[in-house]
Amino acid sequence: MTAKHSIIAENVVKHFGDIKALDGVSIAGETGKVLGLLGPNGAGKTTLVRILTTLLKPDSGAVSVGGIDVLRRKQQVREIIGLAGQNTAIDEILTGRENLEMVSRLYHIPRPAAKRRAQELLKQFALTDAADRPAKTYSGGMRRRLDLAASIVARPSILFLDEPTTGLDPRTRIIMWDTIRELVSDGATLLLTTQYLEEADVLADQIVVIDQGRVIAEGTADELKANMAADFIDITVANPQETDKASQLLRSLSDKSPQTNEQRGHISLAVESGAQSIAEVVRLLDAESVQIAELNLRRPSLNDVFLSITGEEIVEEEAKPKRRFGRRRSA
Amino acid sequence: MNLNTVSVAASASESSIFQRFIWNFADTFVVMRRNLYAYQRQPELVVFATIQPVIFLLLFTYVFGGAISFSTGGDYINFLLPGIIIQTILFASANTTVGLTVDLSRGIIDRFRSLPMSRAAVLAGRTSADTLRGLFTVLIMIVAGYIIGFRFEDWGSGLLGLALAVAFGYAVTWISATIGLFVKDPEAAQVAGFIWLFPLTFASSIFVPTRTMTADWLRTFAENQPVSVVANTVRDLMTGTVNPDEIIISLLWIAGIVAIFLPMAVWRYARVASR
Repeated sequence: MTAKHSIIAENVVKHFGDIKALDGVSIAGETGKVLGLLGPNGAGKTTLVRILTTLLKPDSGAVSVGGIDVLRRKQQVREIIGLAGQNTAIDEILTGRENLEMVSRLYHIPRPAAKRRAQELLKQFALTDAADRPAKTYSGGMRRRLDLAASIVARPSILFLDEPTTGLDPRTRIIMWDTIRELVSDGATLLLTTQYLEEADVLADQIVVIDQGRVIAEGTADELKANMAADFIDITVANPQETDKASQLLRSLSDKSPQTNEQRGHISLAVESGAQSIAEVVRLLDAESVQIAELNLRRPSLNDVFLSITGEEIVEEEAKPKRRFGRRRSA
Repeated sequence: MNLNTVSVAASASESSIFQRFIWNFADTFVVMRRNLYAYQRQPELVVFATIQPVIFLLLFTYVFGGAISFSTGGDYINFLLPGIIIQTILFASANTTVGLTVDLSRGIIDRFRSLPMSRAAVLAGRTSADTLRGLFTVLIMIVAGYIIGFRFEDWGSGLLGLALAVAFGYAVTWISATIGLFVKDPEAAQVAGFIWLFPLTFASSIFVPTRTMTADWLRTFAENQPVSVVANTVRDLMTGTVNPDEIIISLLWIAGIVAIFLPMAVWRYARVASR
């Protein structure tokens, strides 16, 4: 695949009944790179992934993967992609090994090669010990690893991972990150969706921020940050009741009004130059005898990026308990 | 970002029609094996599904047998067993409805759909696994029947009757699959999978001769609906009567059901799963 972009969506629109899940989304994922699709729950990330992986038909728009028109040549697209969806797509009753062999066979890989490949993947994903146990006995992390292994059985050149680490504990998440990085170092193109800013920052070469079915920003993590104020000053006042007063005092230091959290006494201030402003912060607050409990200078995070574009914070939800039945999609 | 700037690369393999045809069967076999594993590893599913028809067999033989045998003539068990085999096969097909909806509610179906496998294989793997399971139950029932006095008049035609019953069962699983794909919800499927089977099963020649039915309209329906047609044929075969006309009509029903419901299920599957 010599084409520059392996994953292309142009002006994709998708409704579910009255709900507009995608409202004209265009993305372009560079061949051999990681495209991070970042957005809160319900932003339309999964819908876009399902469209790109032939599972869902868009109302309008054009989609191509690996240079193949997804809408017209589904079966050909399926031969070159791998998908690890949000709901782990493994068979609970089969063992890990049987799951991998079954997927291999459905890719029409001959039986001996399928067996070898399963063995290889079980080792790569540290599942050898559990290989011959039914997948229903696996932990959440093991299921994700098995699911990821199943998605790369046929060594796809283009891989889609839909929230691969949602609901995993931090340690397992870092193991997943390492695994994902290894996959990409072999030259695959990856589209990764996430609601974790840190994850997009760590894994993605290119980030597309989407919210309510629209692309609201794109670029590298650094580019997104560069569009913002250079620095942030985080202040925690000793007495949370003085949060409002303090934020009024500091208003003159920034073009943007400070973000506050009155329960905790947090104030976050976007400034041109942190080093100069920090002294000013102390002086202003001290003059009115507002006590400072904590003072930090930092570079903007992706959360700040998101906040500055949408005016809303990304809510990092905890994993909800998995529902086994009745996953109904609207419409 | 223009589709035209990207070379439309030659696909990994532009496979021949013949190869696709073969893969239909290969994929179906892989999915069927997966479903059979599920039965093998949850034996309680199969055990209870087997006990239930055996209980039916005993109840009908000993509770109703005395009363009904006045109208059937001869041993009721010889009338009943072929019929109850059809009933068992019909009820077993409700598994197809439930099993499919459960699959649809899980992530595994997305995996199947993102693979370059045959589109019909997920359904065909399910219907063939459920048919094999039905065959297993029926074999146990024949053993139970032999214990309480049933006898094949002739093993050759008896086995032909068994084959016809299983073929009919296979056709019916395609109706069940179609229903499952319309219902979609596993809990609703528990009811929807069975409800249509009751009138077809009881307003038929499975348990009683249709001529004993009191209402004319009911008798007309019961005599001509496919369950009776097939049940009569299977009964004749199992009691040693080979009637080619009857067999041909039964086979036409089986072929007709498959010809309508297989494409309908495949069409519906493509729509349901792409939501």
